Amino acid sequence: MTENNVVVDTRTEHKEGKLLTIENLQVWFELRRFGFGNAGYVKAVDGVNFDLHYGEAIAVVGESGCGKSSLMKTILGLNIPTRGEVTFDGTKISGMGTKGLKWYRSQVGYVQQDPFGALAPFMTVERILEEPLIINGVKSKTERLRRIHKTMEEVKMFPVDDFLNKFPHMLSGGQQQRVVIARAMIMEPKIIVADEPVSMLDASVRVEILKLMRGLQETHNLAMIFITHDLSTVRFFSERIFVMYAGKMVEKSPVDELLDDPRHPYTLALLAASPEPDAANAHTYKEVPPGEPPSLVTPPPGCRFHPRCPHVIKGLCDEKEPPEFLTGPEHYTACWLFQSEQA
Amino acid sequence: MKSLQRSFKELLRYPSAVASLAIILVLLIVSAYTLIAIPYGEAIVLWRGGENIWYQSPKNAPPAWTNFFTSKKLVETMIFNTDDEDINKTYEVSEAGNQTVTFEFPIDYQFDTFPQELTLFTKGTFVEKAPFISIVLVTPDGREIRITDFAVQKTGTYRFSQDDRLARRVGNQFPHEAIFAQPGSDPLVPLKGEYVMKLSLVTFEADSDVDAELVVYGQVYGIAGTDHLRRDLKVALLWGIPVALAFGLLAALGTTITTMSISAIGTWYGGWVDELIQRITEVNLVLPLLPILIMVGTFYDRSIWTILGVTILFSIFGGGIKTYRAIFMQVKESPYIEAARAYGAGSGRIIFQYLVPRIIPMLIPQLVTLIPSYVFLEASLAVLGLGDPVLPTWGKVIQDAQSNGALYQGLYYWVLEPAVLLMLTGLAFAMLGFSLDRVFNPRLRGI
Ligand SMILES: Nc1ncnc2c1ncn2[C@@H]1O[C@H](COP(=O)(O)OP(=O)(O)OP(=O)(O)O)[C@@H](O)[C@H]1O
Ligand SMILES: [Mg+2]
Repeated sequence: MTENNVVVDTRTEHKEGKLLTIENLQVWFELRRFGFGNAGYVKAVDGVNFDLHYGEAIAVVGESGCGKSSLMKTILGLNIPTRGEVTFDGTKISGMGTKGLKWYRSQVGYVQQDPFGALAPFMTVERILEEPLIINGVKSKTERLRRIHKTMEEVKMFPVDDFLNKFPHMLSGGQQQRVVIARAMIMEPKIIVADEPVSMLDASVRVEILKLMRGLQETHNLAMIFITHDLSTVRFFSERIFVMYAGKMVEKSPVDELLDDPRHPYTLALLAASPEPDAANAHTYKEVPPGEPPSLVTPPPGCRFHPRCPHVIKGLCDEKEPPEFLTGPEHYTACWLFQSEQA
Repeated sequence: MKSLQRSFKELLRYPSAVASLAIILVLLIVSAYTLIAIPYGEAIVLWRGGENIWYQSPKNAPPAWTNFFTSKKLVETMIFNTDDEDINKTYEVSEAGNQTVTFEFPIDYQFDTFPQELTLFTKGTFVEKAPFISIVLVTPDGREIRITDFAVQKTGTYRFSQDDRLARRVGNQFPHEAIFAQPGSDPLVPLKGEYVMKLSLVTFEADSDVDAELVVYGQVYGIAGTDHLRRDLKVALLWGIPVALAFGLLAALGTTITTMSISAIGTWYGGWVDELIQRITEVNLVLPLLPILIMVGTFYDRSIWTILGVTILFSIFGGGIKTYRAIFMQVKESPYIEAARAYGAGSGRIIFQYLVPRIIPMLIPQLVTLIPSYVFLEASLAVLGLGDPVLPTWGKVIQDAQSNGALYQGLYYWVLEPAVLLMLTGLAFAMLGFSLDRVFNPRLRGI
């Protein structure tokens, strides 16, 4: 299982179908009271299911604290799932063992939000890019340099040699994020996980970086899952969009389908609150959600959105958790309002 | 590398840093010189050799340069030897077949006091009949004082001060003082000028000869003076430099590096590892190092390496563990560490390549400021009588001075010399540490 073979696989075959499967994933963090005793759990991710296909980009949206980063870190193998499974290319990561997990990590690139913080301040660009190669056993220095050059060119850092000896603080934010992307790409992974990759960048370079990522995704047939708050660009940079609320996916749909025909009341509220709503549909997103996001320690029974929902059905929404209803082509909505459509 | 150069340039902007670097440089050069000029073996012999090594120096004599600061010029030690090139022996054969050998020691006496003592060491070469020597001192005003005459044995020591007959001849005074005094003065006043000590001997055998060495023990000696055993303090003061630097540096490096590593390991793994380290530190923080070192020195071994080892061992779990932990706790949460985990970096790599380098800029000034505290510790131990039994060090000079009542006797140089060196060393490293802190700290704000 050397990474070289795997890369050849990705390139030549342009596989389709499921690459990553998330089944009933729960990520709970134990709350400790003054260091002693259990004071309950923060249910950051609580029962999430989805498939990620080869070469597909998924955007995850949701308000702050709903568990998006926790989900990403679990996919990266940084959080251990409390329950449920992450399956990569047919192999469960929980059963991979230390070596397998290391290989899996080389297959998943990580792009963080704060590019400066994501780069070790005392390492040069060359060293930063070399680290994953060294760790994953690329022994020859010339081979490492070759791959560093190739990747730097792919993220459009020209001329490469001018950047290799620079420290992160000598680069602009956009350049720093390109280095972060290069580092995520250097092991020629199959998936890129990006946690708000442009939210800390200058507005002027955001689209550029998104385009770069989209380009890489297309040329390498990369699967990508990224968190965003910017609904105005989502349409152009992803195939599907998932709406997350309090540790659960409330709506999963192809991008155009969701933006043109949002179903879940929370999605509507989210789109209304979006700073740059799609002008054509602006009038449909009028409901602003009252109240606060629910506690993740003791989430409300039934639908987690019901305390804020304007369409709450008493006796149903506050008691039974809604399953996912098919509300359009590949469009799933976890809301009792669409119970009838399903039938 | 470049950033190091930049830091160094920035450092040179601080005058205190330049001064401290200069002092440290001088100390380093002098210790290199010492190690070459007085190698370990020789230093040990010079310091622990015994009477036959030190016989040429006066007892408890301040350094010669003290003469610059006193109006009275104190006697400097002078040594005359028949082996010296400018001392010529004249040989004459008498009718009886005996040979007379004469030679002179010219004593240029320009001092306002008297010598501590005057001793003639003789070495006779003969088979059966010992040669006979007679000594006369010609004073600058032309008087000839007959000192003594005796048969020269294989080795002999003639101490002027203990010759009662000579004492009577010079009017019941101390002979070594009276012979250099103005005639009739009371109390004795030295007579400055050129003295000549004439030694003539009669030998009774062919090839029979005498070698002689006259030592005028001064009241000042060399650049560092001497102690109660006539030892030249220069040896100890010079050797004290490399010993102090090595002890300070090794102890500071040893403790800092291990403390930092342990702290990083504890912080990274967390859980019981961290708990254990924290508890050990807390217990260790209330254990007093000095009494423990005294116990080790008393019951086990006083070698400087043992003491160094114990010092490092007990200093590892010091306050540093807590300080570094606070920083590591923050660094541990950095996105770049998370990224490293995401691309598969193992714990060992993260600790030593990602966590530790982050605090090195903060570490360097601390390390430098730590050096003098260990230098002082070694000196304090020596003062308490727990110094290395073999090596000459500053602390041991102070201890000797103290146990021989140097300050009561007014022998201030004995205490001041090592003390000044200690302070100078401490000051240099402390100032350098503070300057380094100023250079490195602005960059630490990011942590
Ligand atoms: N390691 C952890 N230990 C305990 N609680 C955690 C941990 N990581 C996350 N949480 C909690 O889980 C919840 C979800 O956090 P998460 O970072 O996943 O939110 P998010 O959706 O990424 O938010 P944002 O948009 O602000 O980044 C939060 O309440 C957070 O406090
Ligand atoms: Mg987040």
